[in-house]
Amino acid sequence: MSSLEVRELRKAFGQVTALDTVTLGVPEGELAAVLGPSGCGKTTLLRCLAGFTTVDSGRILVGGRDVTALPPEKRRIAVVPQEGALFPHLDVAANVAYGLPRADRRGGRAAEVLELVGLAGYGRRMPHELSGGQQQRVAVARALAPRPPLVLLDEPFSALDAGLRAELRRDIRAALRADGATAVLVTHDQGEAMSMADRIAVMRGGRIVQSGPPADVYGTPADAWVAGFVGEAVLLPAEVRAGQALTALGKVPCPAPDTAAATVLIRPEQVELAGEGVAATVEREDFFGHDALLLLRLDDGTALSARVLGGMPRRVPGERVALRVRGEARLLG
Amino acid sequence: MAAGALLAGAVAVTPLVYLLIRTAEAGWERVAEELLTTRVALLASRSLLLAAVVTTACLVLGAGTAYLVVRTDLPGRRFFGVLAALPLAVPTYVAGFCWIAAVDAFEGFWAAALLLTLCSYPYVYLPVAAALAGADPAQEEVARSLGHGPWRTLTGVTLRQIRPAVAAGGLLVALYVLSDFGAVSLTRFHTFTVAIFTAVDLGFDKTGALVLSTVLVVLTVALLAGEMATRRRGARYARVGSGARHQAPQRKLGAWRWPLAGALSGVAFLSLGVPALSLAQRMIEGVSRADPLGEVAVAAGNSLRVSALGAALSVLLALPVGLYAVRGSGWLPGLLERVSYAGHGLPGLVIGLSLVAFGVHVVYPLYQTTTMLALAYAVLFLPLAVGSVHAAAAQAPPGLEEVARSLGRTPWSVFRTVTIPLTAPGIATGAALVMLTCMKELAATLMLRPTGMDTLATELWTQTSAGAYAGAAPYAALLVALSAIPTWLLVRGNYRELS
Repeated sequence: MSSLEVRELRKAFGQVTALDTVTLGVPEGELAAVLGPSGCGKTTLLRCLAGFTTVDSGRILVGGRDVTALPPEKRRIAVVPQEGALFPHLDVAANVAYGLPRADRRGGRAAEVLELVGLAGYGRRMPHELSGGQQQRVAVARALAPRPPLVLLDEPFSALDAGLRAELRRDIRAALRADGATAVLVTHDQGEAMSMADRIAVMRGGRIVQSGPPADVYGTPADAWVAGFVGEAVLLPAEVRAGQALTALGKVPCPAPDTAAATVLIRPEQVELAGEGVAATVEREDFFGHDALLLLRLDDGTALSARVLGGMPRRVPGERVALRVRGEARLLG
Repeated sequence: MAAGALLAGAVAVTPLVYLLIRTAEAGWERVAEELLTTRVALLASRSLLLAAVVTTACLVLGAGTAYLVVRTDLPGRRFFGVLAALPLAVPTYVAGFCWIAAVDAFEGFWAAALLLTLCSYPYVYLPVAAALAGADPAQEEVARSLGHGPWRTLTGVTLRQIRPAVAAGGLLVALYVLSDFGAVSLTRFHTFTVAIFTAVDLGFDKTGALVLSTVLVVLTVALLAGEMATRRRGARYARVGSGARHQAPQRKLGAWRWPLAGALSGVAFLSLGVPALSLAQRMIEGVSRADPLGEVAVAAGNSLRVSALGAALSVLLALPVGLYAVRGSGWLPGLLERVSYAGHGLPGLVIGLSLVAFGVHVVYPLYQTTTMLALAYAVLFLPLAVGSVHAAAAQAPPGLEEVARSLGRTPWSVFRTVTIPLTAPGIATGAALVMLTCMKELAATLMLRPTGMDTLATELWTQTSAGAYAGAAPYAALLVALSAIPTWLLVRGNYRELS
């Protein structure tokens, strides 16, 4: 198993620049998520890594080996496509064994990886006899079977319904860990990226705008766009003085140098309904059961949102509440 | 791949282009002289009148049968559904032979109209039945819940849902009638196709034949354009949204159940029973006669040989076109695929005539060789082959091959273990279909076959024309058996859709 290093990758399709100097490093055995909206270039990046698309310039190294000029079959980079793309004419065992050397196809490796993804004993089934989630598990097993140094996952859960997705994410993360594989997951779902990845690279317009551990990207986003893309964000104009941000919500601790006019970030879960504090009016409540998102307006017209756990009692539009902020505000560049 | 597709496109348009060049070469004065005669006017009015009568009859018969089979509680409706598709297995010249052998003086306009109606009403029945089965009954329910009565719902919603299918089926029938040679020649009803054939066969008036062919092509292209227009508009009638569709309610026929079942039985008797009985009777006579089996075997062998050649050539030309259409990018692949459809719907006779002229004037060594005949088959049936290849190629999307390569297999290994296993069955089925269709083709075979070589189709036509019905019977029986195979596949698919 080995690390991945992507150095200043560029790719243009005619006038459109799909990848603009992309640099990314993934240490051995880790899972990195490339997170971005559709059209940001993340699928192009994955296709370049796999060798399905040639790059204009830059280098791709897997475990120190330069694979930039190699055809896909020489790279030893396995792919789990969006819809599984199982070979419809082969049974599950033959699908999984497809990438193994001829001598190993009858050995125990296929059964081993099938067990790893929770499908022990399914070898004789045909792909069309499996559910969508099972097909995706087989696709992961097929990718892991030849012990590739690197596995690429292309939005592998997007075609599945929500309940199945969470379970499959956990199982597949566990299977990847058990095999010690280095992996890159491409997704537009920030929840998926946060819950599965050791590190996240946020992509926009063909560039990686921020990368780091999920907690860092969520807690200290590089800019307002990233803050909004990786979660709900309350952005407030503020003046920072002596480690305190002066905002419409009052004074909030803010570990940053003094600035006269800045924007600070507060997450909705930091906004609490309290007995006393800044007065606000409830405009709408989005009730989710385990929590609720309140859309609020301060008396000076500032709009913001608050996440309330438990969500009880239900709030009605027009209700007056008092707000307090927990924790720190983040200064955005 | 692109070069192969270009070659196939060139082959597909050659006869058409050559026909137009030859016609233009004759000079406008000559063309006008040939065109503006009472004979041409008479032929045109005959062809068009026949097309109009047969199309109207087929619309009534085909759409009516479809409604009864799909939407009512007609007794034995599934059975009638299969019966209504089976006439496709009877080429018009085979049906013509059966009727002529059974009924004295079976000739003229009404004989031709009856024959063509009985042979071609499945072209309306099949699409309309599919449209009725596929139409969303929820639309009808909405109309009823909005206060429309059953009759207003039928005319306002149901008929509108199936209108594209009715129009497409009607145009197919009209095309079929214009290009038919077998039925009209056997019933001695002189239309364009018979006049063209006579002009060429008797070896004079090549220019006249070319001009007549061009008129026929113009008529055909006009109809084809009409068919494409309805098809494009038809897409908008499709259901919007997803979700499981439920079964349409069945209309109770009440006292009409048995009379209507009797009427459909009558149609089935005319379209299938009469030919079957007549064929059986002549077979018995034929078998008691002196040994004709040697000749039959020779003709069958010839049929197999030229059809296999035609099918091989068609698929060989279709492979790059179909693959390029699925895999290539830009505007060229789509254009080449459309060009390969140039022979679609054109009368076999016209393709035959053009290639006769092409053979005599341009590639004389090929004139009256099996190669030339195979080439004609390829032009006529390239659309069929391209369709099969296109559908087969779609079975192996490029994504699958990419995954296979990322698992460490070389391109050749991927082609062998993924592409071939996924596409070969579809391509083989397509080749078999083309071969069966070649075996049935009469007009092009008559015009292009090497001197002295007879196939099943030409022997049947020759013997029937000469009144040797007992001798013709074995050829007819073999042809029906061969045509039954693709029809069976079609009916089986259709049957599944209905049930």
